[in-house]
Amino acid sequence: MSGNHTQPVFRNGLVRWVDDRLPIFTIAYNMVGPGYPTPRNLNYFWNFGSLAGLVLVLQIMTGIVLAMHYTPHTSMAFDSVEHIMRDVNWGWLLRYAHANGASMFFIVVYIHIFRGLYYGSYKPPRELLWMLGVVILLLMMATAFMGYVLPWGQMSFWGATVITNLFSAVPVFGESIVTWLWGGFSVDNPTLNRFYSLHYLLPFVIVAVVVLHIMALHQFGSNNPVGIDVRKKDMIPFHPYYTVKDLFGIGVFLLFFSAFLFWAPNMLGHPDNYIPANPLSTPAHIVPEWYFLPFYAILRAIPDKLMGVIAMFASIGVLFLLPWLDTSRVRSANFRPIYRVLFWVLVLDCVLLTYIGAKPPEGIYITLGRVATFYYFFHFLVLLPLLGKIERPLPLPDSITKPVLPRSGGLAAQPAE
Amino acid sequence: MADQAVQGAGETRRDFLELAALATTAVGAAALVWPLVDSMNPSADVLALSSTEVDVSQVPEGSAITVKWRGSPVFVRHRTAVEIEEAENVELSALPDPQPDSERAQRAEMLIVVGVCTHLGCVPLGNKPTEPRGEFGGWFCPCHGSHYDTSGRIRKGPAPANLPVPTYTYLSDDVVRIG
Repeated sequence: MSGNHTQPVFRNGLVRWVDDRLPIFTIAYNMVGPGYPTPRNLNYFWNFGSLAGLVLVLQIMTGIVLAMHYTPHTSMAFDSVEHIMRDVNWGWLLRYAHANGASMFFIVVYIHIFRGLYYGSYKPPRELLWMLGVVILLLMMATAFMGYVLPWGQMSFWGATVITNLFSAVPVFGESIVTWLWGGFSVDNPTLNRFYSLHYLLPFVIVAVVVLHIMALHQFGSNNPVGIDVRKKDMIPFHPYYTVKDLFGIGVFLLFFSAFLFWAPNMLGHPDNYIPANPLSTPAHIVPEWYFLPFYAILRAIPDKLMGVIAMFASIGVLFLLPWLDTSRVRSANFRPIYRVLFWVLVLDCVLLTYIGAKPPEGIYITLGRVATFYYFFHFLVLLPLLGKIERPLPLPDSITKPVLPRSGGLAAQPAE
Repeated sequence: MADQAVQGAGETRRDFLELAALATTAVGAAALVWPLVDSMNPSADVLALSSTEVDVSQVPEGSAITVKWRGSPVFVRHRTAVEIEEAENVELSALPDPQPDSERAQRAEMLIVVGVCTHLGCVPLGNKPTEPRGEFGGWFCPCHGSHYDTSGRIRKGPAPANLPVPTYTYLSDDVVRIG
């Protein structure tokens, strides 16, 4: 059962007939079935990959149906969204599920990313796996941003204006690029139309990159909380052990999702987006969706337009370089006493940036935003490269079972929660 | 190996053919992509809506009105004598984007600027005297805190440039054509 990518034997004759000609069942068997050997010590933080996949599917399903009722025109978009909310059967459920689903997607993916940061999942030989994940994050951000424009409320319009204007910071070609993005001289109907087209396209691009992400994952298998390479005897088949664990996680997650969906569906949105877009009046405070706030804080922390934009993109760009910036060869933070502290400082720093991004750019918030932005880059560009040289890691166990056996002491059965 | 001269010559011709074919394909691909890319630029009907006429005699002194031009707001501000004096008596060296007030207003009392913050495109506040006008009495952009003076020039904050002056002509004493 475990171990090698073996040729499974299917009992059903029709399955055998199909699989012989088109090996989809064998592929599934080796990808998410008994043919995929998995470390036996994965904790609940390893649930978030499959959760992200689930949310992606939910977003595509609700999105396709919403698209049947929505009209991408500046004079009708806002009304068509209200039409979905009031007139379309179950329209309120579909729209709230889609809008809150976007937030859920980012919650799940951010936890997934921090899991990778804590347990060193970006280190050799999983660099490309990590980088594909960063690509997915970028695609998600583009998709979410364009989706938020579609209801054509005040925040839609002014968010689109501010974000597309980021490209005007490009020297020489800035203005032409922005005009090209808009298809006019301001955010207007051509902009709304193309955003709709791309918002429909990009999720399927995400699916394609997710397939690559999973292929890269299967090359070396999952990392694990101990972070050492796993022996064959410490592997268990993905199905049924982790399919059932993932299903349990999905149940818990759906409870969390439903709490927002049914009791606070507008909590994560901004009330100004229920005001139709007005190109002649900017809302007093333009605030992006919560999942963009840290990047917005970094943009505003820098008093120069071009440098602010560069810093914002660099805050994601630095993640691409992370496998080479972190010079320590020990993966899991459980064995890196200093990194473990710095990890939590980074988490706090990102929470602080989120908070600053929601505040007006004045007084103490400017100073705090600059300190937090500086620290974010300091962590990746200075602390991580140095730390690998000076930190003395704790001794690594020779197998992932060692820490959970009696008399091993020190580590608990489920490291870090 | 055995017949290096002949093989070498053959490789050179093959290389040339490959490069030539590749180059032709690249040109063809670019020609194919260009219509797709250029179709996203402003279309003819968008370009056609490029001028608008305004009666400026109705603007009360000390206030500004907003006119829509090419989808963007344009501010037409009837400046007070004090505001004009402030705009004219600034050391140019003190400005991030130095430009004398005389170059920015055809008639000193009527300032016409595009009301789009040069930082990230918000509409600055300050058309009505009751709105915040920033530390320099002109406009204040609430998005990221840029302050503009009574000539629409950037004085403080992240915006890199002055509020742009659109091309405009006085058709009569009262009517201005913008664009």
